[in-house]
Amino acid sequence: MTSVVLSSTSKPAAERIRTPWSEFWRKFRRQRLAVASGVFLLLLVVVALLAPWIAPYDPATPDYEHILEGPSWLHWAGTDDYGRDILSRIIHGAGISLMVGFLAVTVGGIVGIVMGLLSGFYEGWIDRIIMRICDVLLAFPGILLAIGIVAILGPGVENVIWAVAVFSIPVFARLVRGSTLALKRAVYVDAARAIGVRNIILMVRHILPGALPSVIVYFSMRFGTSILTAASLSFIGLGAQPPTPEWGAMLSAGRSFIGVADHLTFFPGLAIFVTVLAFNLLGDGLRDALDPKLSQV
Amino acid sequence: MFRYLINRLLGILPVLLLVSVLVFAFVHLLPGDPARLVAGQDATDRDIAAVRAALGLDRPLWEQYVTYVSNILHGDFGISLKTRRAVSEEIGERFFPTFWLTLISMAWATLFGLVIGVSSAVRRGRWQDHGGMLVAVSGISLPSFWLGLLLIDWFSVRLGWFPTSGYGTLAHFVLPSITLGVGVAAVMARFTRSSFIEIAREDYIRTARAKGAFERFVVWKHVLRNALIPIITMVGLQFGFLLGGSIVVETVFAWPGLGRLLVDSVSYRDYPVIQAEILLFSLEFILINLIVDVLYALVNPEIRYR
Repeated sequence: MTSVVLSSTSKPAAERIRTPWSEFWRKFRRQRLAVASGVFLLLLVVVALLAPWIAPYDPATPDYEHILEGPSWLHWAGTDDYGRDILSRIIHGAGISLMVGFLAVTVGGIVGIVMGLLSGFYEGWIDRIIMRICDVLLAFPGILLAIGIVAILGPGVENVIWAVAVFSIPVFARLVRGSTLALKRAVYVDAARAIGVRNIILMVRHILPGALPSVIVYFSMRFGTSILTAASLSFIGLGAQPPTPEWGAMLSAGRSFIGVADHLTFFPGLAIFVTVLAFNLLGDGLRDALDPKLSQV
Repeated sequence: MFRYLINRLLGILPVLLLVSVLVFAFVHLLPGDPARLVAGQDATDRDIAAVRAALGLDRPLWEQYVTYVSNILHGDFGISLKTRRAVSEEIGERFFPTFWLTLISMAWATLFGLVIGVSSAVRRGRWQDHGGMLVAVSGISLPSFWLGLLLIDWFSVRLGWFPTSGYGTLAHFVLPSITLGVGVAAVMARFTRSSFIEIAREDYIRTARAKGAFERFVVWKHVLRNALIPIITMVGLQFGFLLGGSIVVETVFAWPGLGRLLVDSVSYRDYPVIQAEILLFSLEFILINLIVDVLYALVNPEIRYR
């Protein structure tokens, strides 16, 4: 399926040069929701990087004269039970959520990709062992696996990253294995092998690029899922601990004020929702642009 | 069919073995001495030695594993460190609240997902489709704990229609099952739509249309029936998702189920309960997948005879 992307898009070299990249861009641009999501996420990254400068207040300094105030011109998202500005805390929390999501998917993705390449390329016993490991990892529902890992490592943001990374591994491994199985029989891989290219080079330079389109789509989708899972772990008290301005932890701290000061839970939850939604919409758009079989549908 | 069933049952044995080894290894992976963990913070060295001997932690690992598995097979999961009651009792009490919650959520979510998915697929490319799919992708992205808190805020605190938390009457089920089911309904809607569209392009559907069958008949009789096969698989997979989701939702609604027990025992470091819970959740997940595979084979003879 992925080899089709490369061969079918590089076919007509008529008036304009059509590289796979320009073809992708042409299709992706038409998905307005996905483009908007991408722009939003870029902005969010900028906001997270510039948080100390653009946040109107310090996220940690209490202000006991403005406790539990609703949204106002001074505090756009209100203040919490310590009088801390919620918008500032959300801005500072953006970096934490994006970082956790990014590291978790990257670690899980790299391990999964290596396992998938080895599994699909060599087949035989390596394949069987790796696929059994994936079966077992998939035998636990994601968050349960994460809770088990946090129970071993202890609560905290760093441990949540490992916990969330682990359940991305089997997804990437299976995906890359499938592509590898198909691509390693391609003529250009045979040709490379015939001129004596080493196995590791075959895998990394000749097979992996063919699997990349689906890896990118999954990367975006898992990014959202990872942020959601990390926030869930913080919410049930196993992830980031207060006073860290992590979105899930903020929601957890604010839940005792439901019915009294709803903005404590509303705004952090909205931040999680919008961010995860943007990653999922981006993933959908990437899939439609990168996978011609699906975009025909 | 019988041979398929046997094969499938034999196939889960290695997974069961690995899961049991992992869960057994769990206590030994924890930093620190398991005997000290079990004895508690302010235990003396003599207490710890006594605990070690009582739990058989001084014997070789493989022997401990064999004892562990044989105890489990006899329904003995050890004693909770927190309540000092048998873990099997603790879990037994909390099984049904989670079971009913999961089942009710699954039922409405599947029904809803199917309806949205089919109506999107039938009106592909029109506003019903775009609207339905936008709702679905939002449902997937919605943090369940946030939705739960919003529902409590609106329907319990402000309107007073449903209890804020707890377990007992049917009214207690409404908000938690909505919260738990939304994600599943969304996934089901997306999946139903794509498998429906895929089946609708098959030759036999064109044949049905060509021979002049009514459109509604084609949709319900031919397309949906064939699309149901992958959908059944998806329902099974979503059960695992629900089991995981129940952990969060039960925390929001103070539901006396397995999920909240797990969270409580992780915070309390109640290892025997954590071990038993992880084992139970995995077993359920494996069992559900098995049931799905069997159902799948029942509706699709191709798999049975492979």
